[in-house]
Amino acid sequence: MVMKVYGSVLSTATMRVFAALYEKDLEFEFVPVDLRAGEHKKEHFLALNPFGQIPAFEDGDLKLFESRAISQYIAHVYADKGTPLVCEGKPMATVGVWLDVEAHQFEPLALKLRRELLYKPRSGMATDAAVVEETEAKLAKVLDVYEARLSQSKYLGCDCFTLADLHHLPAMTTLMGTPVKKLFGARPKVSAWLADISARPAWAKVLAMRNQQ
Amino acid sequence: MVMKVYGAIASTATRRVFATLYEKDLEFEFVPVDLRAGEHKQGHFLARNPFGQVPAFEDGDLNLFESRAITKYVAYAYADKGTPLICEGKPMATVGVWMEVEAHQFDTLASKLQWELVYKPMFGMAKDAAVVEENEPKLAKVLDVYEARLSQSKYLGCDCFTLADLHHLPTLTNLMGTPLKKMFDARPKVSAWVANIMARPAWAKVLAMTNQQ
Repeated sequence: MVMKVYGSVLSTATMRVFAALYEKDLEFEFVPVDLRAGEHKKEHFLALNPFGQIPAFEDGDLKLFESRAISQYIAHVYADKGTPLVCEGKPMATVGVWLDVEAHQFEPLALKLRRELLYKPRSGMATDAAVVEETEAKLAKVLDVYEARLSQSKYLGCDCFTLADLHHLPAMTTLMGTPVKKLFGARPKVSAWLADISARPAWAKVLAMRNQQ
Repeated sequence: MVMKVYGAIASTATRRVFATLYEKDLEFEFVPVDLRAGEHKQGHFLARNPFGQVPAFEDGDLNLFESRAITKYVAYAYADKGTPLICEGKPMATVGVWMEVEAHQFDTLASKLQWELVYKPMFGMAKDAAVVEENEPKLAKVLDVYEARLSQSKYLGCDCFTLADLHHLPTLTNLMGTPLKKMFDARPKVSAWVANIMARPAWAKVLAMTNQQ
C-alpha cells in the first residue's frame, strides 16, 4: 500500500514532506485537500489531523501530521533509501539543533514576511511596512548567524545535506520571490548554500508539482 | 567530565532540560547565566548559543542549544538510564507528532499567555487584555484536541510518559498558577494528565531548584 500525503502543492508545510519523499525516491499518492472549500476543517480531514491543518500523512496503518514529524519519520524509517537526510550517532545531535533553529528562529519570521509581502496584497489588504521593517531586521540577524555557521560547516547541521537544510526550502523559496531576497544575496555563504540546496533535483520535482496546477 | 547546563532557573526552556536530566538521574553542573546583566548577549555566551538565548549545553566536546534538541540528545544518548523518554520503533513516530504539537500548537499560545499573565506582572508591566482575549480561545481549542487524544492514549505520544509530555511542564506549570488553570481543570482527561505529570519526582526537583535561590 502506497504512502499518502494529504495537502496542497502551494502549502510550505506540505512541500516539506514532498521534498523528503522525492529525496528518498519513495512512491507516494498525493491527495489534494481543498482549502478554499474549508475541507481541512471538515470531519474526514480532522480524523487525519485534529488541528485541521495540512499536511496529513499515511503509511499503512500509521497516520501522522505536523510536517517535520512526517519528514523525520520518513528520514529514519527509510534511512537506507535515496539521500540520507539524517546522520548516525553524535553528529545527529547537532543536526537536531539546526532542525529546531529552522522551526523556531527562521520560519516564524519567514512566514510573517510572506504574509505581509504576498498574502495580504493578494487578498487586497495593505502591507504593514513597520512589521516588514522590524521582521526583516530580525531575519537579518538570524542570517548573520547562518553566515557564521556556514563558514564552519558545509551545510547547517553537518557536512552533508540533511533535513536541517531541507526544511528551509519551502519558505525560503517563497521569500526569494520578494525584496527579502536581498538579505540572502548579501551574505556569500548563505547565498551559496541557498543556491546549492535550491538546485537539488528533488526540489525541482516539488516545484514541478506546483507548475502542473 | 560532567554535563553542563548554562541557563536560568526561571527560564522555561532551561527547565525543560533540567527536567530531562533529573528524569534520567544524570549528574550535571548548572552554570547560571545572568539575564538581567545581559550575559546571554555577550561574546562568551554567544560562543555557546549564537542566537543569544538560554539554555546552552555541553557534554564533553559536544555543544548544543535549543532546549528540545538538548532533551532529545539526552533522551537518545542516555536511553538506558532512568526514565525512557522516547519509544522504540513505530510508536516513536507518533511521539514525534506530539512533540511537534507541543512546540507549534501549544507553546506558541502558552508562551504569549505566560508573558501577559506571569512575566509582565513580575516586571511591573501592564497586561495586554486583547492578547489574552485573542489567545485564550485558541488555547481552549488546542486543549479540546488534547482531551480527545488523552481519551485514547494514556499520555500524549503513547501509553508511556515521554518528551512529548515533559516538554509541556515548564510553561504548563506557569499557566496553572494563573486564572487559566480553569481551562485545564474543565477538561477531565487533560486535568488528570496535568496532575499526573506535574507530580513526577523529577519535576519536583526542578521546582526545588527555584526554592534554593
